[in-house]
Amino acid sequence: MSLQSRRLPADEIYRGLLLAAATSVFLVVALIVFEAARGAGLSIRTFGFGFLTGTDWDPVADHYGALPYIYGTVVTSAIALILAVPVGIGSAVFLAELAHRRVGSAVSFVMELLAAIPSIVYGIWGFFVLAPFLRGAIEPWLIQHFGFLPLFRGAPFGIGILNAGIILAIMIVPTIISISREVLLATPQSLREASLALGATRAEAIGVTLGAARPGILGSVILALGRALGETMAVTMVIGNTNRITGSILDPGATMASVIANEFTEATGTLYLSALIEIALVLFAVTIVVNAIARVLVYWATGGKREAVA
Amino acid sequence: MTRARSTAAAAAVVRSAGGGFLRVRRNLWDRLVVVACYMSVALVLLPLALIIWHLLAHGISGLSIKFFTHMPAPVGEAGGGMANAIVGTLIVVTAGAVIAVPLGIAAGVYLAEFGRNPFAGMVRYTTDLLSGVPSIVVGVAAYGLVVLSMGRFSAIAGGVALGILMLPTVIRSTEEMVRLVPQSYRHAALALGAPRWKVTQQVVLPAARAGIVTASMLAVARAAGETAPLLFTALGNRFWSTKLDQPIATLPVFIYDYARAPYDDWNRQAWTGALVLVLVVTLISGVLRVTARRVRSR
Repeated sequence: MSLQSRRLPADEIYRGLLLAAATSVFLVVALIVFEAARGAGLSIRTFGFGFLTGTDWDPVADHYGALPYIYGTVVTSAIALILAVPVGIGSAVFLAELAHRRVGSAVSFVMELLAAIPSIVYGIWGFFVLAPFLRGAIEPWLIQHFGFLPLFRGAPFGIGILNAGIILAIMIVPTIISISREVLLATPQSLREASLALGATRAEAIGVTLGAARPGILGSVILALGRALGETMAVTMVIGNTNRITGSILDPGATMASVIANEFTEATGTLYLSALIEIALVLFAVTIVVNAIARVLVYWATGGKREAVA
Repeated sequence: MTRARSTAAAAAVVRSAGGGFLRVRRNLWDRLVVVACYMSVALVLLPLALIIWHLLAHGISGLSIKFFTHMPAPVGEAGGGMANAIVGTLIVVTAGAVIAVPLGIAAGVYLAEFGRNPFAGMVRYTTDLLSGVPSIVVGVAAYGLVVLSMGRFSAIAGGVALGILMLPTVIRSTEEMVRLVPQSYRHAALALGAPRWKVTQQVVLPAARAGIVTASMLAVARAAGETAPLLFTALGNRFWSTKLDQPIATLPVFIYDYARAPYDDWNRQAWTGALVLVLVVTLISGVLRVTARRVRSR
C-alpha cells in the first residue's frame, strides 16, 4: 500500500489482530505436524527406517511395514497420471486455443462444478458401475490379449489397482485442465501471432505455445499428482484393500490413504494405531514436498497472477 | 529461453514451408492434432456424464420426503431415511464454519490490505500448501488434537477437521475479493481523515461483503462432502444426536457405510444419499460461482 497515514494506536491494534489471524495458518500446519509426529513416535522408535521398507503388515504379530501401501500409492497415482495427462493437456489446448471463448468458459465452468463432486460419489460409481464393467468387459480382454505381460496377469476382479487408477484419473483431470488452461491463456498472444504469421499451421502454433507454457503445465500435473497421492475415499472403495505387493495391475491392493481410512477405527493396539499415524505422517511429508514444487512452478508460469488455486 | 525456443520453432516452420509433400504432411499433422484435442475433451466429459447419469438412474427412485424426515431403519429392515445424518452434517459443517470463516476472513483481509511484505508471502505459500494436505491426514491430526484429549469421538472433532480443510480456501478467496475493492475507495476515505482501521472495517469490507460471503459459502459447501476426515472424528451414529460432544451421524460417512453393506436396500439408499449430496453441493457451488463471477466482473 503506497498510502502512508498517521500511526494511531487503534490502527496498530487492528493490524495486530489481523496479523494474529494470518499467523494461525502456521499454527495449523505446526499442529498437524506435531500431532502426527507425536502419534507416530512409538512406531518410529520401534521400527526406525525399516518401517518404510518392511513388507510385513501384521496386526496379530504387532509388526508393521508400510512398503505395500507406499507401492500401492505410487502405482495407482502413476496409472492415473498416464491416463489423465495426455487427455488433460489435450482438453486444455482445446479450451484455450481452439474453442470459442464462450464454449471455453462454459466447459471450464462445468469442470469447476465437477471438481466439487465429493470423492465418496466417485467411489460409489467406481464400486457399483466401473467394477462390473471392468470385470465383464475390459479385464478379460486385457488378460486374453496382453496376459503374457506380468502387468495384466491374474483374474478379472473388477476391484483393484486398475480401477483405482482409472477413478483417480477421472478425479484429477479437472485440476490439470483448469490450471493448464489458465497457464496457456497467460502465454503472450504474440507467440501465436508470430508463428502463424510465419506460415505455421495451427498444430505448429500450438506446439510453440505449449513449449512456452511447459513449466506451468508441469506444475498443474504435479499438483494433480498431489491430489492423487492423498485421495482417500474413492480409492478405499475400489482398490480391494489387501496388503500384498503384486506386479499385476488387475490385482487388489491398498494405498497409504486407504489403509488409514480402512483400519484406523479398528486399530486396537497402541503400536498398531501409531503405525497408521506414521503412514499419515509420511503421506503428509510427501504431499507437502509435491505441492511445494507444483506451487512454485505454477506461480512462475502465471507470473503470480493466479491467486487462489482450487 | 522461451524466446530462443520459439525462434527455433519458427525457423523450422519457415524451412519446411516449401514442398508439396511436406505441405501435405504438415496439413495432415495439423488435422490430427486438432482432432486429438477434440477427442480429449470428449474422453474427459464422457465418464463425468456417466457418473451424473448413473447417480440419477440409481438414486432417484429412493428420493422421497421419507428419506429426509425418517430415521434409519433397524439392521435388516427395509426403508427408513437419513434424517439424523442430514442434521448431523449440518451441525458438523456449521461447527467447522464457525471455526474457519472468521479466522479465514481476518487472515484474508490482512493479506489483501497489509500483505506487501515477505511475511505475507510466506503466509500465502503456507496457505496454499495447507490446501494440498490430504483430508485423511487432517482427520488424523484432528483425532490426536480433539478425540484423544476429549477421550471420545465427537461432532466437534469432526468440526475441527472440516474447519482446517475450509481455512485455506476462505483465506485466499477473501484476499481476492478484498483486492477487487477499487483503490479510490481507500483514497477517498483516507482523504476524509479516517484512520486506517476504519477505512478497512467500514469502507473496504462492506464493499467486499457479497464476494466474501459467496467465497466462504463455497468453501463450506465443499467441506460438506468430505468423508475421510470424519471417519474417526465424528465417527457416526445410528441414532438421533445433536450433541457436540458425542459421536454424530454425517451424510458422507452414512453413504460410505451403506454402500459397503451387503443389503440391496442399503446400497440403494447409498445412491440416493450420494445424489442428495451432489445436488446440494453442486447446486450451492453453482449458484455461488455465478454470483462470484458477477461480483468479480462488476
